[in-house]
Amino acid sequence: MTFVRRTAVAGVGATDFSKNSGRSELRLAAEAVCAALDDAGLTPADVNGLVTYTQDTNQEISVAREVGVGDLTFFSRVHYGGGAACGTVMQAAMAVATGVADVVVCYRAFNERSGRRFGQPDARLGGEPSSQGLEMSWHVPYGLMTPAAWVAMFARRYMHTYGATSEDFGRVAVAMRRHAATNPAAWFHGQPITLDEHQSSRWIVEPLHLLDCCQESDGAVALVVTSLERARDLRRSPAVIAAAAQGAGAGQAMMTSYYRDDMSGLPEMGVVARGLWAQSGLTPADVQAAILYDHFTPFVLSQLEELGFCGRGEARHFIADGGIELDGRLPVNPHGGQLGEAYIHGMNGIAEAVRQLRGTSVNQLQDVTNILVTAGTGVPTSGLILTRD
Amino acid sequence: MTTVSDGDLEALAERLIAEGEVRGEPAADPVNLPMIRHWVDAMGDTNPIYTDPVFAAAGVHGEIVAPPAMAQVWTMPGPRGGKTTRSTVDDLLAAVNAAGYTGVVATNCEQTYHRYARLGDLLTPATRLTSMIGPKLTALGQGYFVTWNVTWYDADGEPVTEMLFRVLKFRPRTRGESGNGAASREAAATAAREAASRPAAPGATAQAEGGGPAKGSAGPGSGGGRRPYPLKPAKNQDTEFFWEGVAAGELRIQRCGDCGALRHPPGPMCLACRSTATGYTVAAGTGEVYSYVVHHHPPVPGRETPFVVAVVALPEGVRVVGNVVDCAPEDVGIGLPVRVTFQAMDDELTLPMWTPLDEPAGGTR
Ligand SMILES: [Zn+2]
Repeated sequence: MTFVRRTAVAGVGATDFSKNSGRSELRLAAEAVCAALDDAGLTPADVNGLVTYTQDTNQEISVAREVGVGDLTFFSRVHYGGGAACGTVMQAAMAVATGVADVVVCYRAFNERSGRRFGQPDARLGGEPSSQGLEMSWHVPYGLMTPAAWVAMFARRYMHTYGATSEDFGRVAVAMRRHAATNPAAWFHGQPITLDEHQSSRWIVEPLHLLDCCQESDGAVALVVTSLERARDLRRSPAVIAAAAQGAGAGQAMMTSYYRDDMSGLPEMGVVARGLWAQSGLTPADVQAAILYDHFTPFVLSQLEELGFCGRGEARHFIADGGIELDGRLPVNPHGGQLGEAYIHGMNGIAEAVRQLRGTSVNQLQDVTNILVTAGTGVPTSGLILTRD
Repeated sequence: MTTVSDGDLEALAERLIAEGEVRGEPAADPVNLPMIRHWVDAMGDTNPIYTDPVFAAAGVHGEIVAPPAMAQVWTMPGPRGGKTTRSTVDDLLAAVNAAGYTGVVATNCEQTYHRYARLGDLLTPATRLTSMIGPKLTALGQGYFVTWNVTWYDADGEPVTEMLFRVLKFRPRTRGESGNGAASREAAATAAREAASRPAAPGATAQAEGGGPAKGSAGPGSGGGRRPYPLKPAKNQDTEFFWEGVAAGELRIQRCGDCGALRHPPGPMCLACRSTATGYTVAAGTGEVYSYVVHHHPPVPGRETPFVVAVVALPEGVRVVGNVVDCAPEDVGIGLPVRVTFQAMDDELTLPMWTPLDEPAGGTR
């Protein structure tokens, strides 16, 4: 009953990525779902499952109504912000593998720039005595209330522990913007940056500069998950799900896990990594490219370490000299990531992974057999390894 | 938790009293009609000599004058602190706090009016520490009475208003000690809230002397009503003790009633033995910066940027998040020794914050 190598992503779809979509979030969701179904060669009538994020404002039934999905036998939500991305695929794959649903669409749609911006402080974060409100209440009253600030607290400790510098973080931004520069779908298409520009960009929350932070975007992405057997009969080459894992660590908090023994790693990504390698039977050496969640540059370094691509504290050497660029030892985010393409809460990265396996990416890499994808960092998260059939 | 002895305090007080009168920053604005209008409106004082030029011109002063009880208003910093000069009183109270006398309650406020302030008067306050008496055992706990005088001078250096102010600085009772229980905790909480608006005198009486108007309009609330701080914590049964502690000037850490293990942030169970017999201990109030950030952008409600937030590692073995204050952001670094300080954010919320341990003003070296 395992989903490993028995399920696949059969279709991907997206809207344009912008700073002001001019459309409702429900319309964005509906457009992306239709595009993904078209890509797969399926119709809404084939769908009986929908999965999204708890943070998505579009109910599964609303999306189903708009696009003409009939009976739903599976609907689910994954929590923890961008940490949900690969988790939606995992839950869809579980539903398919267990026979609960045949075709499940995962979607994420928002006007995150023109509507509610996650980067802006929200005084209500600490207001409710829910377990999350209480967690936030140890931080929000002190003005520690933006994602950049929460990440910066880890970044400072990481720099102290391993001797990493702001320039090391900058090299991630430079790589992502280089990739986005040749991706017409990217917001920063044609706009590469230099390390000097990174260093001279203004402080957001020290030690993070403006160019350490991803953009805020409007847009939607949808993915069609079905059985590998069915996917083989559809329009595109299937992206086989070789592994899909979620993870939260001991003492986990939402962006503010400052009370665990060590603040210089991402233990939750370690949980995901162990799941991915165990399920797939692969090792880091078997992976030709990675899509690493890059809402802020420092966590790209921590992820390389947690996933086993390099040792603890060694990521700054791993990324040096273009190590994660298109021609590097491990190309990361060929589409430009969330720093360069768009911030669609990690879902656009999964779509890029599928394109790389199909050989249809604008920045196509040679000989990609296995590609690893991660979701939101600093929160309970998830990951995928997708492979060619 | 005490880093300053009573003997140290008394020596410090003697030295600071000997410094005599210390001038503060002049008022940001001269005495002006718009501020008078706001104040009399808030106080419900309808006497036209304060606001009606025609009526005032015909009266004994021949022009509009400010209500004498507004004296403090002209030089009071705003809710975000504003520009202030440290005074001998601040120095002494910081040391008294550091010695564990963290509670405060205003006991006396007497104002003497030399003349009415007129529109255009630019007032400058000067503060003189006059006495520290104690330690005395009071209903609130062991404490010192600290008394000071503030005189507001006009541009010619002539006194306009004088004020005697006295507070009781006391060591709050801990849970289980005899005393008024909830009542004393409430008093301590009230007192802690007042600490930041000092030398405002909520509930104090204004005594007019020297020919001033007998109408004492500096009644209850003249110094209160601070703008509500927008970033409120959520609280529940598991975390209330922490915020009650902060209001009483204590940094409390959850301590298991069965195995004694500490945890922060607090929660319903002991993380070591799962006991629900939770209690707390009071932290020594020192720590070391474990990590920190300097927030520049975007603007945060209720805050001026840049500001520093740190994860502070306590010697008790837990970490606490809070702001580092009273020093420049560039002076903060990992490993910086800090001590706790309590800052009233508005009339309801006090937050524990951190200040460099060797910061000179505290007298804790
Ligand atoms: Zn215990």
